[in-house]
Amino acid sequence: MFRHTSLVTAAAALVISACGGASGSAGASPTALSGTINVFAAASLTAAFNALGHSFQQEHGGVTVKFNYAGTPTLVTQIEQGAQADVFASADATNMDKLKGDGFTTGDPKVFAHNVLEIVVAPGNPKNINGLADLAKPGVVYITEAPTVPAGRYSLQALAKAGVRVTPKSLETDVKSVISKIELGEADAGIVYTTDVKAAGSKVAGVPIPDSDNVVATYPVVVVKGAPNAGTAAAFIAYVLSAGGQQTLGTYGFQHA
Amino acid sequence: MSLDATVQVVVGTLELDVHLKTEEGEVVALLGPNGAGKTTLLQAIAGLVPLSAGRVELDDKVLEDAATGQYVPTERRSIGFVFQDYLLFPHLSVADNVAFGLRARGTAKSVARSRALEWLERVGLTGYAASKPAELSGGQRQRVALARALAPGPRALLLDEPLAALDVTTRAAVRRDLKTHLASYRGIRLVVTHDPLEAAVLADRLIVIEHGRHVQTGTPIEVAEHPKSRYVADLVGVNLLRGEADHGSVRLSDGTLVSAADAVTGEVFAVIHPRAVALHRARPEGSPRNVWSGHVNGVELYGDRARVRVEGRLHLVAEVTPAGLAELRLGDGGEVWMSFKATEVAVYAA
Amino acid sequence: MRRERAPLAIGALAVAGVLFFLVPLLGLVLRTPWSDAPRALTSPDTLEALRLSLIASLSSTGLSILLGVPLAWVYARIEFPGRNLLRALTTLPMVLPPVVGGIALLLAFGRRGLVGGWLDATFGVTLPFTTLGVVFAETFVAMPFLVLTVEAGLRSMDRRFEHAARTLGAGRWTVLTRVTLPLIAPSLFAGAVLCWARALGEFGATITFAGNFPGVTQTMPLAVYLLLETNPEGSFVLSLILLAVSLLVLVSLRDRWLGSA
Repeated sequence: MFRHTSLVTAAAALVISACGGASGSAGASPTALSGTINVFAAASLTAAFNALGHSFQQEHGGVTVKFNYAGTPTLVTQIEQGAQADVFASADATNMDKLKGDGFTTGDPKVFAHNVLEIVVAPGNPKNINGLADLAKPGVVYITEAPTVPAGRYSLQALAKAGVRVTPKSLETDVKSVISKIELGEADAGIVYTTDVKAAGSKVAGVPIPDSDNVVATYPVVVVKGAPNAGTAAAFIAYVLSAGGQQTLGTYGFQHA
Repeated sequence: MSLDATVQVVVGTLELDVHLKTEEGEVVALLGPNGAGKTTLLQAIAGLVPLSAGRVELDDKVLEDAATGQYVPTERRSIGFVFQDYLLFPHLSVADNVAFGLRARGTAKSVARSRALEWLERVGLTGYAASKPAELSGGQRQRVALARALAPGPRALLLDEPLAALDVTTRAAVRRDLKTHLASYRGIRLVVTHDPLEAAVLADRLIVIEHGRHVQTGTPIEVAEHPKSRYVADLVGVNLLRGEADHGSVRLSDGTLVSAADAVTGEVFAVIHPRAVALHRARPEGSPRNVWSGHVNGVELYGDRARVRVEGRLHLVAEVTPAGLAELRLGDGGEVWMSFKATEVAVYAA
Repeated sequence: MRRERAPLAIGALAVAGVLFFLVPLLGLVLRTPWSDAPRALTSPDTLEALRLSLIASLSSTGLSILLGVPLAWVYARIEFPGRNLLRALTTLPMVLPPVVGGIALLLAFGRRGLVGGWLDATFGVTLPFTTLGVVFAETFVAMPFLVLTVEAGLRSMDRRFEHAARTLGAGRWTVLTRVTLPLIAPSLFAGAVLCWARALGEFGATITFAGNFPGVTQTMPLAVYLLLETNPEGSFVLSLILLAVSLLVLVSLRDRWLGSA
């Protein structure tokens, strides 16, 4: 009977700690996480975060990670208008500050990656773009993101640093749209992140921007206020910041936090 | 001016096969029951319905020839058409409607308008030039339709049941007017109607069409006096029999012999007016050699007359006075004897 | 004649239907910062977007009428094998997600598109990132509305009026212009307005095919979308402008047009 009781107690302890893990206690073991988290991440994080989500789910069997990728300002609007999110990963500090200032975050945002800009062109670089100055060449169709999107703002800064004046033919809503149009051959060149060029693989080619002209994008991440699954959300962020998470980010072209 | 039309058209279950010839100087009415193909015939002449076979010639000009494939489109035939429900363009004024044909053929706007106004005056509708068709009465619309069809000066005028859409009281007056207008128009005139009175008033010659086939032709009087089909006989209100005549005897298809006074031979029609058919409660004796029994299948009172339908060896309609009817003490289904004299049988070649 | 009254169940559902539309509109009206409105209304970007929207949508409607009326006429009057399939295909943009429409347009009229490639090579003409591209995108999604309405009108008209016109000597062109089209004018008008409204509100196909640039391709819906990210209240004002313009047009589509269409 004694042995029986201790078995029951041990089972009860496991069950209790499993329940306790879901309510966000930092001391809960990894295997106690469960539920679903909604991660709202900037479009440029698509490939990397998909990988991070996949390995996070593998490590924590009861967890499902769902992603919503879009231009960072769009995500901010969605969250502020009541969309249900657990984690918000922004492509710049400005948008993160806005979300925080409007009171939609829990805790302090943490920077988890950096990114730099790169010029994206068609494979083989048929229009012979070798630098920012070439974007202004006649016959080159140049597009970029809208200035409300971080990448768009950064591209304006980079061009200003390089002293290049060029009018884009279109201001897309996110980096993915710019990449798509280059892939489809509708535009000759655009400015996106190095991670985007890498993610597009052989469908595009990249032309580096010298450090002196380049802009470093800072990516902060935070738990959203009122997150339905704050505990797992925090665990996911911790994972992103962990050595394993950073390594994964690195393989996608991001630079360390 | 002449119209020579051999029209064979198959439309749904109707197989129309009629040859028609007419010239200026006569108004021809196409008379027949609904569904006979009269309207289709008119449409074929106008080119609105294609010929399966046949040929239409107007003034020696071939309008359509199914054999050679020749076809002059409707808009190039000089044919005016008055439709059964007039089909006045609702979005155009009365004057613009009448002027339409002229304008369509390239006449200048002002000239067309003045001609239209002349026509409106001719049909007695001065002052309605700016009205819309919806504002006019049925009789007025009919006149506009007529003016519209005649304004371009066509060589032929086709009218499809021109009075059918009017109520009975308006019809008589409009019929008189129509007769006058038709008389003043010098061209081919064809009127389609199912109303024998209309046909009798408007036409110089009748062509009876039933089931897509030509049945008989003649002046209204000729047709009434010598009906050649049950339809016409019913219209006129007489009994019609058909058989083989041989020196005073007419043998019907079922073998029944009817005595007639005429010495005609061959295929004949025999007409007996209902007034000539006497009814008896018992088999009559005496002179009438045409005596048969039968039973009463219906009685209709027409004011001071009664028409009794009797069925037996022969199906006949007898006309008796209401008093005579009462005397006979007939109930439906009662057995009666009918008789008529041989001299009352009008016989003529089929 | 007594005025007809709605049965309770129908009335209740109808009220629910009305609220379904009115509440969001009410939300828009109530949450708009009216004090900011005049400034937003007269800002050059707004005026630019409004001007572009009106020009593009009216051009699209014009193009839709030019191509759509003959198409509707063929569908209604001519029998040919495969007619039903063809009609379904040309109605497809109505059910296609607009972005998919935009992608399809790129594949056809983009720089490397089936026709676009030839246009670029032969004439140096490209459609993406141009106002003409906007017109193409809007026409693609809006024309089916016009075709459907006009075809219905043609089918329901009494064809004997055309016969009457022909007996009066009118050739096919005259019949079409002086009889057929006037008779279906209500359908034509309703179709054109529906088409214009759809074109005015078009977003997905426009941004995918024509892109987004102020003064060239940034129509009102695009401007509103982008403004939503930085200045939501400003976007409310723009939305209200779009709303007001659309309402104005729809109200002018009085019963006599919608009723007899």
